[in-house]
Amino acid sequence: MLTDQDIAGKFGQFGGRFVPEALIGALDELERTHNEAMSDPVFLSELAHLNATYVGRPSILTDAKNFSKHCGGAQILLKREDLNHTGSHKINNVIGQALLTKRMGKKRVIAETGAGQHGVATATAAALMGFECVVYMGEEDVRRQSLNVARMKLLGAQVVPVTSGSRTLKDAINEAMRDWVTNVADTHYLLGTVAGPHPFPTIVRDFHSVIGNEAREQVLALNGKLPDAVLACIGGGSNAIGIFNRFIGDAGVRLIGLEAGGDGIETGRHASTISGGTVGVLHGTRTYVLQDENGQTVESHSISAGLDYPGVGPEHAHLHDLGRAEYRSVTDAQAMEAFALLSREEGIIPAIETAHALYGAMVLGKELGPDATILINLSGRGDKDVQTAATWFGIEL
Amino acid sequence: MAGQSKLSELFIKCKSENRAALIGYLPAGFPNQSDSIKIIKAMIEGGVDAVEIGFPYSDPVMDGPVIQEAAEVARNNGITMAKTLEIVKEISGTGVPTLLMTYWNPIEKYGPAKFAHDFSDSGMEGVITPDLPIEEAGVWLATAKENSIHSIFVVAPSTGDGRLKDVTSNCSGFIYAASSMGVTGTQTNVANTASILVERVRNVSGTPVAVGLGVSNRAQASEVAKFADGVIVGSAFVKAVLQNPSDPATAVRKVAEELALGVRER
Repeated sequence: MLTDQDIAGKFGQFGGRFVPEALIGALDELERTHNEAMSDPVFLSELAHLNATYVGRPSILTDAKNFSKHCGGAQILLKREDLNHTGSHKINNVIGQALLTKRMGKKRVIAETGAGQHGVATATAAALMGFECVVYMGEEDVRRQSLNVARMKLLGAQVVPVTSGSRTLKDAINEAMRDWVTNVADTHYLLGTVAGPHPFPTIVRDFHSVIGNEAREQVLALNGKLPDAVLACIGGGSNAIGIFNRFIGDAGVRLIGLEAGGDGIETGRHASTISGGTVGVLHGTRTYVLQDENGQTVESHSISAGLDYPGVGPEHAHLHDLGRAEYRSVTDAQAMEAFALLSREEGIIPAIETAHALYGAMVLGKELGPDATILINLSGRGDKDVQTAATWFGIEL
Repeated sequence: MAGQSKLSELFIKCKSENRAALIGYLPAGFPNQSDSIKIIKAMIEGGVDAVEIGFPYSDPVMDGPVIQEAAEVARNNGITMAKTLEIVKEISGTGVPTLLMTYWNPIEKYGPAKFAHDFSDSGMEGVITPDLPIEEAGVWLATAKENSIHSIFVVAPSTGDGRLKDVTSNCSGFIYAASSMGVTGTQTNVANTASILVERVRNVSGTPVAVGLGVSNRAQASEVAKFADGVIVGSAFVKAVLQNPSDPATAVRKVAEELALGVRER
């Protein structure tokens, strides 16, 4: 009801399909395949089986009692997507789309990646299912996420550094689109976030909804009531939509997305698309975009490669305009403060992406007080970020 | 009104001369504002019948490395929509049919109505929108019609028969047939897939068909001219500019002269 979409791939004024004609047939095929699969008990049981025996679902819920002290004493519940196979939520969508790839009879998958988490997850599924796999990654991200590059290579994927534009996630998506336009007959573009042309925002949301479905039950079982707020970091917004989706109908539950504020929105060096962007079209979808007066995409900035994206999923743009979800901005420095605190207080090193949501909880907890319950999607683990964190905190390696 | 455009007259004239029209593409402001105008004029002197000016965009997903590089050079040298408007005015002033090729977001940001009004005023006769499928084109089609601007959409080898009818019925001026599955500058044997696509288009539409993507030399232009009404060349011109920094205009003129011979060898 709130997100009145799907038939035309629209979320209010957002979404749609702004792509070269050559891709329309493939998007139609993907939409058809996805619709059929989601009502096919055989597909759903295969997906559930892989989630249980390969991904490690359900992921657990951790009551972060020590970190709570830094959040005004509010109860902080962490949905532990960091404990999934490959270390982040990204695998949920990848396993789903890999099964769709098989269903379409395609043998080659391509993907874009920023932090490398989606690339690693895609390389993993490709290894499992025997697909050829090519991952496009901005040259700048190859440098700051070298550990994940090595993981992808070990898994048998080819990693292509992208040297055009800002050399980050945005340009990796451009390059993947170009590959797809050329090789669409035998290739599936395994897009990693809830952006891109229809049906991707819907498909990716559907496969990540398992996060919120599990978390809602787990919170109810623990507390006997729903949380006051659900928090997640937002780049494209896949982990956020995954945990928000089941709660959208729960009017009393606040949904808050934390965007990457980089050096601060006021500096212009940030990746806070909803807080600091305007409506436009990027990568096949109408949404909020960081752009200049000529409609050129403006480069985003964030310490976190996974949030360093000048667009955002169209459903988030819609939830924002409806007032159903709130979007706040967290700077690099604030995120790193939360990164250090969670590591020291709970023995959990989060991904820097996720640390943005953790800082959001530190602020919100103080606003709401000790009686509140805040559910956070702990979307990924921080192993890949050790180098960046060591540099930030001045730890010698 | 659209039927009396210079672009439509061009296709009628070429038909009577038993040849294909040569449509040349160069990005606006490449390598910079003043040289860009000189180079496009040289392309016209070399024999190009119509000019397609590209608006350099930050995320050109339909373009290969050559045009990407050109777009980046033009953007670094400060190209804007306002400056593109000046170029369009200058080029259309030569009397050659002048078109704009742009990804959708710059039009959306400029405002479709204002864009159509301003650019039509400057002599632009048509717009090619490579990432605007007809499903998203409602507003644009109405706006373009009001301003007597040709809406030119791309059809691809993967476009199914039913859809081909829908897309081509929304095209005016000509139909842009992508020679192959791929981005601009792709080197392939264009004639085979392109001739099949052009034949499929002819079964559903009487609008002229021009073939683009991957046509770069006289022999290819001649091959394509045997079955298409127009031959679109882009990357070969851009390459000529990139490879001849000391005298890009002469290099571009030579490329145009060769291609102009090709489109007359049916």
